[in-house]
Amino acid sequence: MLKIVGYADRLSVRPGESLAFKVSCEAGASDYEAEIVRLICGDDSPQGPGFKAEPVAASVNGRYPGRRQRVNAGSFGVIEGGVAMPAGAGFSVAVLLQPTWLAKRAEQAVIACRALTPNRTGWSLVLDAMGRPRFELSNGDEQAAVTIDRAVPERRWSKLLVAVDPVIGKVRLTHCLLDTLPGEGREAAAEVAFSFAPPAFDGVPVTIAAELAETDGARLFTARHFDGKIEAPSIGRLGDKDRGRWDFSVGIDSQKIADVSGNDRHGRLINLPTRAVTGHNWKGETLRWSDRPELYGAVHFHCDDLHDMEWKTDFRWTIPGDLPSGVYAAKLSCAGNGEDFVPFFVLPAKNATKAQVAFLASTFTFLAYANSHHGYEDALSEVCYGALLELGPAEQFLKERRDFGISLYDRHRDGSGGVYSSCHRPILNTRPKRALWNFNADLHVVDWLTANGQKFDVITDDVIHEEGAALLGDYRCIITGSHPEYHSTKMLDAFEAYLGGGGRLMYLGGNGFYWRIATHPDLPGVIEVRRGEAGTRCFELPPGERFHSFTAENGGLWRSQGRAPQALVGVGFVAEGFDENSHFIRTEQSFDPRAAFIFEGVGKDEKIGDFGVLGGAAGYELDAADPDLGTPPHALVLARSVEHSNVYLLTPEELLAGFPGQDAIENPKVRAELVYFETGNDGAVFSTGSITWSASLSHDGYQNNVARITGNVLRRFLDPRPL
Amino acid sequence: MYEIDPSRLDLAEEFRRKPYGRHSAELQRILNRMRTEPFDGHYVLLRDGRFGPYRLARLGATPADPITETGQVFQSVREAEWTVFKLRWRKLTGRDLPLE
Repeated sequence: MLKIVGYADRLSVRPGESLAFKVSCEAGASDYEAEIVRLICGDDSPQGPGFKAEPVAASVNGRYPGRRQRVNAGSFGVIEGGVAMPAGAGFSVAVLLQPTWLAKRAEQAVIACRALTPNRTGWSLVLDAMGRPRFELSNGDEQAAVTIDRAVPERRWSKLLVAVDPVIGKVRLTHCLLDTLPGEGREAAAEVAFSFAPPAFDGVPVTIAAELAETDGARLFTARHFDGKIEAPSIGRLGDKDRGRWDFSVGIDSQKIADVSGNDRHGRLINLPTRAVTGHNWKGETLRWSDRPELYGAVHFHCDDLHDMEWKTDFRWTIPGDLPSGVYAAKLSCAGNGEDFVPFFVLPAKNATKAQVAFLASTFTFLAYANSHHGYEDALSEVCYGALLELGPAEQFLKERRDFGISLYDRHRDGSGGVYSSCHRPILNTRPKRALWNFNADLHVVDWLTANGQKFDVITDDVIHEEGAALLGDYRCIITGSHPEYHSTKMLDAFEAYLGGGGRLMYLGGNGFYWRIATHPDLPGVIEVRRGEAGTRCFELPPGERFHSFTAENGGLWRSQGRAPQALVGVGFVAEGFDENSHFIRTEQSFDPRAAFIFEGVGKDEKIGDFGVLGGAAGYELDAADPDLGTPPHALVLARSVEHSNVYLLTPEELLAGFPGQDAIENPKVRAELVYFETGNDGAVFSTGSITWSASLSHDGYQNNVARITGNVLRRFLDPRPL
Repeated sequence: MYEIDPSRLDLAEEFRRKPYGRHSAELQRILNRMRTEPFDGHYVLLRDGRFGPYRLARLGATPADPITETGQVFQSVREAEWTVFKLRWRKLTGRDLPLE
C-alpha cells in the first residue's frame, strides 16, 4: 500500500506560473512534509549511478495537514437541470443500448433522474445484476419497480422503452432487440401497477450511464455505473413532445451532449467516455466519424474511465523567476516511510536567455503509459518479457485501485481499449525510484548532462505541441529521452521545420515517433490515441473507431500515415524484447570521414555498450534504418546491435504474413542501428535506435564508449560550423 | 501442442545456468509453453521493497480478481525463476524435476 500520493494540475510550467499540488494520505497520516527538489537521477538500483535530487529552497516547503481525498471514477453524462416534468405527469423514457460487461454481475444504471434528498425521489432505468432491464420509480414514500425476465444481450443493440401512466396506474417496460437470432422474440415487456403520483423532475439532474449518489460542492459522485454503448436517450411527457432528446452525434469532438428536442436541456460528459464510436446504424459505410456523424450517435461508457480526480489543492507554488529550467518534483513524506515524488518540468521563461541544449521530456509518452496495468493483466506479458512478472508496491496499489484510471495500454474492464489518458491524477509510473522505463530511464540523460557540466534547458512534448518550431528553434541541439514514442501532428511538423532549418537532434532512444496522438483545447493534460491495424499493441480498436474524436485525424502508427520515423530520424521501430540487452558493433560506414567526429577515441573493434545499468546499450525496443520507409539515402548506418535473444521478435508491421524465424537468432532484421545524417541548412540527426542506450551512459564513472560517442556528437552539434 | 520431454534434463540445466538471454531452440520451446500458461493461476512475483524479497503469487481468474500468494519467498528473481520452472515442469510433464 502506498501511504501518500499526489499530483500537480499540469506537467509543464514556466517561471511566474503557478502549480497546484493535490495530495492524499492514503493510509490516514495526519500530516505530511512537502519539499521541492530538482531531480537529477532517479535510478536507485545497486548497479546504477544512484538517486540524486537537489533541495530547492521553495516557499511551499513545510508540513501540511493530511487527508484522504476521494475519487469518483467511471464515466457518465449529466443534464444538471434535468427536464421539465410537473408532479403527477405521465412520462416516457427511451434509449438504445449495447451493454459490454454483464459478467460483472452488478446493477447498471442506463439513465436515471434521482433527487439527492434523503428519500431519493425519482426514477432509474437499470440493468439488474442478471442483465435484465428494470425500471424503478419512487415518490419518496412509495416505490414501484418492474423487471423484464430476459437479459439484454451483450454487444448487440437493444432498445428500452418505459411508459409511466398515472392515469391507468401502470408502468410498462419494453425491451426490443434491433436484430434477432433464430428463435428469439423481438420484443419482451412487463408491467407493474402503481398508485402514487410521480414526482416532479424539473431541476433534478438526469444522469446517463450512472446514478447520482452524492455531491460535494461542484463534484458529483455516482454509483451503479453502466459499461457499454448508449445512444439517443430521450424523455417525454406522455402524449406530448419530448422534453429532452439527446443526440450524441452532435459535438462528437467535445464533452457536450446536445438536447435536440428544442428544450435546450443540454448536458455534459464526465470522465471521458469514448466518443466517435459506431452507433446502432453503422454498417461500415465509412470509417471516419466526421464523414457521417449520424452513424456515430453512440457514446461508450466505462466504469473505469477517469479524467480529473478533482482533488482539493493542498498548496500552490508560483515558479520563481530565477529557478533554472529542469526536472523537478514535490517530494511528499509521511509517517510510516510514506514517500511520493510529484514530478513537473520547468521550462525557461519565454524571454530568458536559453541554453544551447534542450532535453525533451516525453510528456505525451508518460501520459500514454500512465498507471498501466497491462503487464499483469495480459497473460502473454511473461512470454514477451522473457521473465516472471513483478508487481512492486505501485503496481500492487494500482491493481487494488482501479479508480486511479488506466493507461492507453490497458483494456477497460469490459475488454475495450483505453483511448484517453489524463495527467489530472497521480501517475505512479512517472516517478523516480521506480522501474527504469520512460521517465525514470530518461533521467539517465539528465544525470549524464549534469555530470558533464553541460548547461541545458528542459522542454516538453505538450509545449512543443502548443508552440511548435518556435520553441525548438531556440536551441542548437535537442536531446530526447529513451522512449519518445507519442507525438501529435503539430509536433512532427515542428521537428521537420526544426531539422530543415538547421536544428540538430540527438534521438537517444528507441521506438520513437511511433504513434500519433491528439489533444483537445478544452481538455489540457489529456491525450487521445486510437490504435488501428498495425503496430506492436495491446489491443486493436474496432473498425470504424480508429479516428480520433478530438481531431477526426486517422489514429495509429505514424508509419501508417505516410510519416514513418525513418524519414524524420533515420530509424524506426523493428523489434522488441526485454530479457537481456546487448551491444553494438561498428559498421564500415562508421569509418566514413563524415562520421569521424562521432568515433573519436573509440577503437575500431570495440564493442559499443556491452555494459550498463540494464546490461547493454542495445535493448528493450530497437529501431533500424529502412530506405523504403524514408531513411535518407545519405544516412550513415554507423553501428548495428548483435546477439539479441530468442525473445526479441520482429514487430507485426514488418510482416505481411506470419512465417517461422522471426526472432533475433534467425532474423537479421532484428537489430538496432546507430544512424547519422545531415539535414538542410547544416542541421543533423544522430539516432541510437535503442531504449537502453542512455542506461549505459553512467557506466564506469561516465567514462565509456557510449558516453564518449554521445559526448562527441553533442560537442560537434553545439559547434556552429557546418557539418 | 508441444510436449516437454521429461528426460531432457540438459534443457532444465541450461535454464538454471542462464534463465535470461539466448537459449537453445528446444529450451525456448519449453519456455514458450511454460510462460504462456493461462491467465487464471499464472505465476507472478510480488515485491514490497525496491529490490526484493520476492513473494510468489498466482493471478486470479480475471484481471479484476485478487492475487493469491503461495507463501514462497525468494531473495532473488533468479531463485524465483528456477522454482517456477520446476513447478511448471511438474505440471506439464507430470513428473518432478530431479534437480535441485
